[in-house]
Amino acid sequence: MLSAESLAQIDKELAKYPPDQKQSAVMGALRIAQNEMGWLSRDSIEFVAHYLAMPAIAAYEVATFYNMYDLAPVGRNKVTLCTNLPCQLQGADKIAEHLQGRLGIGFGETTADGRYTLKEGECMGACGHGPLCLHNNHEMHDHLTPESVDKLLDEMK
Amino acid sequence: MSLNTPDTQVCLWTLRHSEPASLATYTANGGYEALKKILAEKTPAEDIIAQVKTSALRGRGGAGFPTGLKWSFMPRNFPGDKYVVCNTDEGEPGTFKDRDILRFNPHQLIEGMVIAGYTLGAVAGYNYIHGEIFEQYQSWERALEEARAAGFLGKNILGSGWDFDLHAHHGYGAYVCGEETALLESIEGKKGQPRFKPPFPASYGLYGKPTTINNTETLASIPWILRHGGQAFLELGKPNNGGSKIFSISGHVNKPGNYEIPLGTPFADLLEMAGGVRAGHTLKAVIPGGSSAPVLPADVMMACTLDFDSISKAGSMLGSGAVIVMDDSVCMVKALQRLSYFYFEESCGQCTPCREGTGWLYRIVHRIEQGQGRPEDLDELLRIGKNIGGNTICALGEAAVGPVASFVKHFRKEFEYHIKHKKCLV
Ligand SMILES: Cc1cc2nc3c(=O)[nH]c(=O)nc-3n(C[C@H](O)[C@H](O)[C@H](O)COP(=O)(O)O)c2cc1C
Ligand code: SF4
Ligand code: FES
Repeated sequence: MLSAESLAQIDKELAKYPPDQKQSAVMGALRIAQNEMGWLSRDSIEFVAHYLAMPAIAAYEVATFYNMYDLAPVGRNKVTLCTNLPCQLQGADKIAEHLQGRLGIGFGETTADGRYTLKEGECMGACGHGPLCLHNNHEMHDHLTPESVDKLLDEMK
Repeated sequence: MSLNTPDTQVCLWTLRHSEPASLATYTANGGYEALKKILAEKTPAEDIIAQVKTSALRGRGGAGFPTGLKWSFMPRNFPGDKYVVCNTDEGEPGTFKDRDILRFNPHQLIEGMVIAGYTLGAVAGYNYIHGEIFEQYQSWERALEEARAAGFLGKNILGSGWDFDLHAHHGYGAYVCGEETALLESIEGKKGQPRFKPPFPASYGLYGKPTTINNTETLASIPWILRHGGQAFLELGKPNNGGSKIFSISGHVNKPGNYEIPLGTPFADLLEMAGGVRAGHTLKAVIPGGSSAPVLPADVMMACTLDFDSISKAGSMLGSGAVIVMDDSVCMVKALQRLSYFYFEESCGQCTPCREGTGWLYRIVHRIEQGQGRPEDLDELLRIGKNIGGNTICALGEAAVGPVASFVKHFRKEFEYHIKHKKCLV
């Protein structure tokens, strides 16, 4: 179900832990699966569980507990804006308004063309550089202004 | 300046070099020398722990627990595996220092963890890295590769015959995993729900084995202490508060950022370094140690020095050293609402007082903010807070109460105004 490349990445995660502790690799494996598939379907989660020889229910528990896993399809570009207090003080509210206005959607929604999903995030541990957002979980963009947001959105295919 | 000349910067000194994160910069300035010396001389673990105790290094993750003492809790003659774990799950609003250690001085953290592994008799170490900083997770893994290739990590380190390896574990969005036992559960591939303590990790930690967990900045301070001696580190700060510390300052200052300064530095000096509050505004309030620390009004904060003891005497805590600055434009009700939402959202849900209580706190603060508050709401908030404190498995419950109780205590008038007039005082 997953590509050979993804499986190789999961194997690299597995090598970090003692041989009898395969389950330790589940967070990494789910991330890798989500990266390839765009989101985590039941099938993907069960595949990962099977690959790591752990009960499927235990993998669901993990997938539902950590909030960067997407359990339903999202747009090609997921933009998660930190709105926590330090970022808010540094202008995240204005960026939130701008993002929603420009895309015509609210937090938790996806544009009709499937290009963007907007999400509200908690502190990302980079507050001094706020306002800031994550693009598809892995790429941070900081010191956001309405202008830089426009540019960023245009660059996202 | 190099690591050879004691300087007030312990962790972020590499920023004065053009390639701060490189192995070459680190080794050209004394990096990995402490490790080499320890392995060459086979320094006894007790001697290392004694230096760390002398240094008065206190945990940089929030609780300020003396590191030397924590290290001495690890069982000496345990027959099986032991582990060292680094906590880079930095997600406490306002805190962004550990990310900069990974960005700008990854090798000092590696050296610190290897020395910890040697001292504590561990077979391996894990660094748990906050989900949202994937780029630093990747770059730290690259630094591990460099260290392995240079013989500082892996099998037969520097020809000593001793094996020890390090790995990065990537989180995926759960603040509670910063709590040390939730973090261990998470490394084991489970939901990040804190464990009952005791047993403490020193006896029952990762995979049920003795484990020592320290914050990133704590572990990155170790090589400095061993190169210059515990006494030199102590003298950087003040008694019982050894060393420099990274202060992450955010909010309404002109230059938010990280400033690594000696413990005991007046808050006023830090504020000045950060460019002061924005033009045309005055300082209103400061949260001195991350969002869980009680807020302090401007005048109280201006009289504080930045160390564990001074801030705790003022009624708050130094915590992780995350200083959130608010000027006179801030509505304290709205600010508290955001923080209360955070704890509600992040509660792991296994203790009823925390799971339900954080929801009640948020909903009440929210309705006050929306102009639907009731006169009895403020006392209700304090009452709920009292029922959470002390009745939960981990400190997240109490962390949710700290902001509520202190915002209401110091800015009660603003809350009352909101309830009565259904709008902001500011
Ligand atoms: C809810 C919660 C979140 C925490 N988050 C962090 C964190 O992000 N980083 C950290 O080092 N410690 C965090 N801690 C504290 C850890 O449990 C632990 O005390 C610390 O990592 C020990 O390291 P130190 O002694 O070096 O400070 C948190 C504690 C709680 C209760
Ligand atoms: S206090 Fe809250 S976060 Fe901590 S274990 Fe209990 S429910 Fe979970
Ligand atoms: S509050 Fe936004 S990154 Fe910390």
